[in-house]
Amino acid sequence: MKALLLKHAEMNAVRELALPAAATSAASEPRLTAVPPPTAPTPWQRISPVLLKVMEVVGPPLLGILLFIGVWALVSASGDRLPGPVKTWDAAVKVFSDPFYQKGPNDQGIGWNILMSLQRVGIGFGMAALVGIPLGFLIGRVKFLNAMFSPIISLLRPVSPLAWLPIGLLVFKAANPAAIWVIFISSIWPMIINTAVGVSRVPQDYLNVAKVLNLSPWKVTTKILLPATLPYILTGVRLSIGVAWLVIVAAEMLTGGVGIGFWVWDEWNNLNVEHILIAIFVVGIVGLLLEQALILIAKRVTHDHPV
Amino acid sequence: MEKFLSIENAGMTFHTKRGKFEALRNVDLAIAQGEFVSLIGHSGCGKSTLLNMVAGLINATDGAILCNNREVRGAGPDRAVVFQNHSLLPWLTCFENVYLAVERVFGVSDSQGKQAESKAQMKARTSAALALVGLTAAEAKYPNEISGGMKQRVGIARALAMEPKVLLMDEPFGALDALTRARLQDELMVILQKTGSTVVMVTHDVDEAVLLSDRIAMMTNGPSATIGQIVSVNLERPRDRLALAADPRYIECRRQVLEFLYQKQLRPAA
Repeated sequence: MKALLLKHAEMNAVRELALPAAATSAASEPRLTAVPPPTAPTPWQRISPVLLKVMEVVGPPLLGILLFIGVWALVSASGDRLPGPVKTWDAAVKVFSDPFYQKGPNDQGIGWNILMSLQRVGIGFGMAALVGIPLGFLIGRVKFLNAMFSPIISLLRPVSPLAWLPIGLLVFKAANPAAIWVIFISSIWPMIINTAVGVSRVPQDYLNVAKVLNLSPWKVTTKILLPATLPYILTGVRLSIGVAWLVIVAAEMLTGGVGIGFWVWDEWNNLNVEHILIAIFVVGIVGLLLEQALILIAKRVTHDHPV
Repeated sequence: MEKFLSIENAGMTFHTKRGKFEALRNVDLAIAQGEFVSLIGHSGCGKSTLLNMVAGLINATDGAILCNNREVRGAGPDRAVVFQNHSLLPWLTCFENVYLAVERVFGVSDSQGKQAESKAQMKARTSAALALVGLTAAEAKYPNEISGGMKQRVGIARALAMEPKVLLMDEPFGALDALTRARLQDELMVILQKTGSTVVMVTHDVDEAVLLSDRIAMMTNGPSATIGQIVSVNLERPRDRLALAADPRYIECRRQVLEFLYQKQLRPAA
């Protein structure tokens, strides 16, 4: 703003200097007076293109959020069950002012709950990646394995994640590993399938290069198959982490302990609806951040090349 | 004539969903060491199929292909291929693309007592190959950062760096504009003069075939295509495209190829 004001002052100075010159030239060449002298842009004219650009980018999302909050406020005002935005905001400020308190196993700060959930997702998803990506690679590369595994994958993939929970509880006899198991089994499919599709779609041209050079299987894998498949693998990873984060809330509601899902269930039992709303926002924001982080990684490691 | 590469009674039958399709039948061609032979014919006549058979990317269903008195089974670095669409790996720099090939050929010891070269030696080979095609400045660039003509030159450098027994080129300049194509043809002639490579090139460009080749094998239309006629281009090297344009021998070769393509093998509905 300071710079703009300065520029405005400079402009005025320039105009003042230019005016006498214009007057003298008009006197000597009267025909030119018919043309209006070029006016310097007013400060508003100078700012408005920038402002318009900013509004174009920020305006629509801002309007959407305002509309959302407006509808929320209206709905909450029409009944007394749902807390409004202001009440929720006040509660959120209180919750986040001390995110890492510990008052016994069932009463811990929101920070601990988020971290615990992230840890479960990390372990379950990490194991799914360790198993799913190599498995997808083999399935995409070996026709026999593809034919062998595709019926099993088609059968198990549509199963609701929570249907796996009893199996986990039965096998592991504890809530925490069961929740991790649910994350594992529900987030493995997108990685297997995307990796397999990616490997099977490696352009024939690249494989011909491998054949002509007579590359060793190791070189074919590291120099051709992996780089060519990387974009597909990362898409699978992104879908998987989305699924994992979706599932963790539901799984924790059932298993208990510390975690954002359990927190929601606990606050429901306390009838603290503000906290449930806060949890919904927290889950949404963390999910968004996870997705954006992976998109960022994907952009970093993949070469933008036309395939 | 000493046969170096010979295609003997080779045939190729594809099994498609609509039954058998015989693309090539009874193809015979013997090529001497250091010779440049072009395969020319209308599109779909199977000239690329024949080249892929020589490369070993597909195996002949009939007859045999011999290279240096050994039957061709599968692809190998002794028969380097310059692909029509360059086929550079986009995640490797130009240098790395060439180095991958050099490393495969010179980085291993073999049973005949050839010693594996050091990394420095192989890097020198790679740089030399890129210098040969005039791309020293683009070594560190990725394929999507250079022009189509430059990509094709990297493809040629990759093939030449392997010091192959036979250089196979599948319409190497087909995707380039006329000016770039002419420049690369001239460069290729200079390079081959130095290396003395044996070359088989697929083309659909009559001028390109006459300019570059020692012999032009002209293929009949498919299905069951074969080599219909062979024209010998008895023009001394080095050849100069401007001087040749008015040379009666050049014009005669050109006429023979055109006559074959447009009178004897004219497609009814091309």
